[in-house]
Amino acid sequence: MNNLVTDEALSWIGKSDPPVEIEVNRSDIIKYSVSTEQVLIKYLKGDEAPPMFIAGLSREIVPLQDLGVDGLPPASLLPDLPLKRVMAGGVRFEFHKKVKPNEVLVFEKKLSDITEKQGKTGPLIFITYLITCKTKSGEMVLEQFQTRILR
Amino acid sequence: MVNFREIAAGQALPEREFTATNVSLFCYNAAIWNPHRIHYDETYTTEVEKHPKIVIDGPLQGDWLSQIVVNWVGEEAELLKFDYSNRRASYLGETLKSGGKVLKVDQKTGLVEVELFLKNEDGEITSPGSATVRFNI
Repeated sequence: MNNLVTDEALSWIGKSDPPVEIEVNRSDIIKYSVSTEQVLIKYLKGDEAPPMFIAGLSREIVPLQDLGVDGLPPASLLPDLPLKRVMAGGVRFEFHKKVKPNEVLVFEKKLSDITEKQGKTGPLIFITYLITCKTKSGEMVLEQFQTRILR
Repeated sequence: MVNFREIAAGQALPEREFTATNVSLFCYNAAIWNPHRIHYDETYTTEVEKHPKIVIDGPLQGDWLSQIVVNWVGEEAELLKFDYSNRRASYLGETLKSGGKVLKVDQKTGLVEVELFLKNEDGEITSPGSATVRFNI
């Protein structure tokens, strides 16, 4: 297929953003746990982060004036593609270590794949990112393959 | 909490229903710092992005799937792998039911594989998933 994905876009596969350090905050874990209707006390008290907490932790924070019409920050590691509307796709996690408050985590995001598919209502482009999360000492916390769907 | 010795392939995991509201979606998107307008701006969502209603976040549905597993195993096991895919959009006002079943049990290693689902009120699976946990045996 690949009618919509140019060679220039494909050349982005393998590019990565600079590492980002994020400190895990107990209050953030509690807010996440309440809003997602967790039931385990360790999450509601912020003693440990729910598995999916990390999925939201590495979101980019930019000044309000830099947000787009859709409300989203400019996407990093996104080549010029003809489809512009972004939806969450799937995600695959491999967990190596539980996340506790006050830990400092280092995230690295790499564009790992771009694929065009035919959806029910038209063409779709799937972009896959590999986000690794490690402690400052280099211990792997989790690997996350995250898919974004452009339609 | 589940007892590892009582787990068998085909066993259903406890199901749970979730109904997102404007307030819960606001809190969730604030908690993860997600300013995407399809989760709170109805006019933009319907007129510009052409969704019928406010969209329930895909990762939130993923979280609801993960809870089926972590609540089932409690402190008896650790989550090693988890995946899900948002196959069908879900909208504000829908009640989604999450659940799953055991696919495989390894009595020697304590590894258990489960498949997961999130269904809408029409019984359609909106987000399938799977997970692997390791019990402390």
